[in-house]
Amino acid sequence: MNAYDAIVIGAGHNGLTNAAYLAKAGLKVIVLEKNDYIGGAAVSREVHEGWIYSNCSYVCSMMRQAIHRDLDLSRHGLLLVPYLGTVNFGQGEERLLSYHDEEAAYLELKRHSPHDADAMHRFQADLSRYAQLIRKTLMRTPPDPASFRPRDLMELLHLAKQFWSLGEREIYEYIRFFTMSAAEYLEDYFENDLIKAAMATPGIIGTALGVYSPGSAYVLLHHVMGDVDGAIGAWGLARGGMGAISNAIAGAVTEHGGEIRICAGVERVLVENRRAVGVALENGDEFRSRIVVSNLDARRTFTRIMDRRDLPEGIYEKARNFKIRGSSGKVNIALSGLPKFTGVPDNPHLNRGGQAFIGTLETLERAYDCWKRGRWSGDPFVESVIPSAWDPTVAPPGKHWMSNFVQYCPPQLVEGPWTPKRREQFGQTVIDKIERYSPGFKDLIVHMEVRTPHEIEQEIGLTEGNIFQGELTLDQLFFNRPFPGYGQYRMPVKNLYMCGSSTHPGGGVSAVCGANAAREILKDLRCPNSVPEDDFHDE
Amino acid sequence: MNAIDPYAGERLKTSPFHPRQRALNVRDAWTSWNGYQFALHYYDAEYEYFCIRNACATYDISPMQKYEIRGRDAEAMLNRMVTRDVAKIKPNRVAYCVWCTDAGRVIDDGTIFKLAGDRFMLTCGSPCAAWLEKSAFGFAEVQVTDLSDALAALSLQGPTSGAVLKKLGLNGVENAKPFDIQHFSFHCHELRVSRTGFTGDLGYELWIQPDLALELWDELYAAGEHHGIHPYGEAATNMARLEAGFIMPGMEFNEALKTVRFEHDQTPFELNLGWLVDFSKPHFSGRRALLAEQERGPRYTLTKLDIEGNRPAEDARIYANKRCTKEVGYVTSAMWSPAVKANIALAMIETEHAQGELWAEIHYEKELRQYSRVVRCQRKDQPFWAPARAKATPPPDC
Repeated sequence: MNAYDAIVIGAGHNGLTNAAYLAKAGLKVIVLEKNDYIGGAAVSREVHEGWIYSNCSYVCSMMRQAIHRDLDLSRHGLLLVPYLGTVNFGQGEERLLSYHDEEAAYLELKRHSPHDADAMHRFQADLSRYAQLIRKTLMRTPPDPASFRPRDLMELLHLAKQFWSLGEREIYEYIRFFTMSAAEYLEDYFENDLIKAAMATPGIIGTALGVYSPGSAYVLLHHVMGDVDGAIGAWGLARGGMGAISNAIAGAVTEHGGEIRICAGVERVLVENRRAVGVALENGDEFRSRIVVSNLDARRTFTRIMDRRDLPEGIYEKARNFKIRGSSGKVNIALSGLPKFTGVPDNPHLNRGGQAFIGTLETLERAYDCWKRGRWSGDPFVESVIPSAWDPTVAPPGKHWMSNFVQYCPPQLVEGPWTPKRREQFGQTVIDKIERYSPGFKDLIVHMEVRTPHEIEQEIGLTEGNIFQGELTLDQLFFNRPFPGYGQYRMPVKNLYMCGSSTHPGGGVSAVCGANAAREILKDLRCPNSVPEDDFHDE
Repeated sequence: MNAIDPYAGERLKTSPFHPRQRALNVRDAWTSWNGYQFALHYYDAEYEYFCIRNACATYDISPMQKYEIRGRDAEAMLNRMVTRDVAKIKPNRVAYCVWCTDAGRVIDDGTIFKLAGDRFMLTCGSPCAAWLEKSAFGFAEVQVTDLSDALAALSLQGPTSGAVLKKLGLNGVENAKPFDIQHFSFHCHELRVSRTGFTGDLGYELWIQPDLALELWDELYAAGEHHGIHPYGEAATNMARLEAGFIMPGMEFNEALKTVRFEHDQTPFELNLGWLVDFSKPHFSGRRALLAEQERGPRYTLTKLDIEGNRPAEDARIYANKRCTKEVGYVTSAMWSPAVKANIALAMIETEHAQGELWAEIHYEKELRQYSRVVRCQRKDQPFWAPARAKATPPPDC
């Protein structure tokens, strides 16, 4: 008899984190993964011999220090290395260089606009203030605003207190911020188009919103509120690729006695007397357990691995209507050398960082227009990073690999489904754009892995390839995530929980969703809490 | 125009590697060490720290003091001076040592390279010619030569350091075990390579005559081009050594010969370096005092702490209780460790309280306002950072 205290469906980084904390609390836990590798979207794979791609997610800044430290992930092999300097490519020869040094960064902005160079200080102070407030909610379970339980009331009070501490004027600004578009928000601060466009790009990454769509300002915040060792807004690479994060967490799972089984796709969550009692695998095996935790997104959990008849009324519809649009593509490229970019000084600290191939604010909005019509733009926004320039373990010495994240890429094309040919054309569009800024780039290409929403969904099971497991709009955030009334990781069927990015605080390789869910589960099972508090309480 | 620089007497000397380092010191962030201009950092301290932990990086140790001790009595003389048994050091091996006053207080720490039966090199942070001369008193056949300006030295540390040296053409360097010394020919002259360092990671130190320093730099950087080579300065060194649990003069210990106040210097036992004191060997400076201390136990014990929260406990005092009424020690070095993701520190704790509850009172500032917190400290017995590659022979390539 395969009997466990807890079954976690899906070995993404949140599922593994959840399992690690449940195992640490002494529960008998098994993680079931459909693929023959673990990690979900935080994965590194050697698709081309000698090169290790971070196939999906590629950089990280939201990974909570408190979890990293508590699960001792460094000992399990994880090293997060911050990378410096991004080059923003505008039209023609226009470049905006993001230097790591504050003074250098200021002078670079001043070169474009003295006004904007000064305004950047105010912008960053405002954004940091908002980010600080949100960061304090990350490792806490959202309160249920309709509940009168003391715990929810206390949590609401706690939030109100934090909110009031902003001061009256800022409270108005804050509320406005949540419903604004990234472009309009930036209009308040900046005049230079490339500066605005560069600052706006985090507002669209991974989302089915445009720079002018209401709500994209929050997505911008979501992308800059992370940190690496306290440097807010900094981004880091995992040594060995993003899979190193999942592998380290998996190390913690097994260290605490948890079990991880690959090639074990779950067919159905078993429900008896309105309680989740286990799972049935695609191969027919059954596992029984006290609780079941799904690391799958909300749509997939309730429409694919649950029997509709087991769900209370309305839940299936909520899941079906859960906003989870595919909007991004990814092109991983193995290179025979380090590409050179026109208009960028030969400064190793700069051209080894990230590249944002933008154009103008208009380019970004036009690309969004194409996506709405089921096409990809001939001039897409591409955010790139060359991990091998920092990480000696992911490509042979002197060789490189470049991660190119493409916004936007439609989940379905107007002319029909994705085919290998159309996928190749999409990849071609991306390398054409890079080639414009890096003549000779194509000659360096050794291997390419092109991933549209279709591949991402097929491989790792993210619906439509949505990187956040659901849009980060106000109707799906905080106590509304995934659905209003179910914001505390407990799902409509008793003993069923969710722990993926479809839950608070949403997408990103943060490990928070998994940890928060574990805290709630342990409470229900009357086990002592094993999940740490965030260590930013003195921020 | 006056051709004589009126400030010549105040200007710092420059190391043989200086021309290359000046070009790479983008921020002009200089400090000094033993009269040499010395990089605090080149680009960014944390960036350079990550070069050490993630790829490889070079640190100019030319300003370090280097003495050659040779002659029939060289071994006996060194054995009389340091607390460790020098007779046990095999040829082409390096040993970490401390030497003490008669009162058993640490004068300095350093390394002894046994180059031949009658030939040693002693390296240390501060000049110690006078003490060496004193220590040589009564030994007939010992010559002490100050090589400090006559030998350039570059430390290469980090996971790709072994691969870079192989690429440089140092055949067999992969067979060097930790603390081994190897000799290679470089432009028909000797290049000495020791598998040593101050970072707790895989690493080597390269010793070369000064007129070949720039050739060595250039060839090393050419070999390291695709292995992430970058120079690092004092700030990154200080981070790496603290993670490794290594002590620094002026931080963990006050050099005994420069100490004014009674027992404001330290003994090896207080510094947790009792393993360096060998009472079974012939007489050495400080032996009697150290025997007595071993008997009664050290007053303080240098302790590794993992501190709650993420505010570095710089200059914090340590208490035995949360109310901070019983002070039992002080932090000597503290930092947030980016690799380990822990708030680490070394602290001098009164030995009788070292095993009990420990609390740190940490002061910090946020936008000009002062804050303080009292947080719990956890004792650690092992170094915060000790990757397997640091001890592996042959080491991995990355």
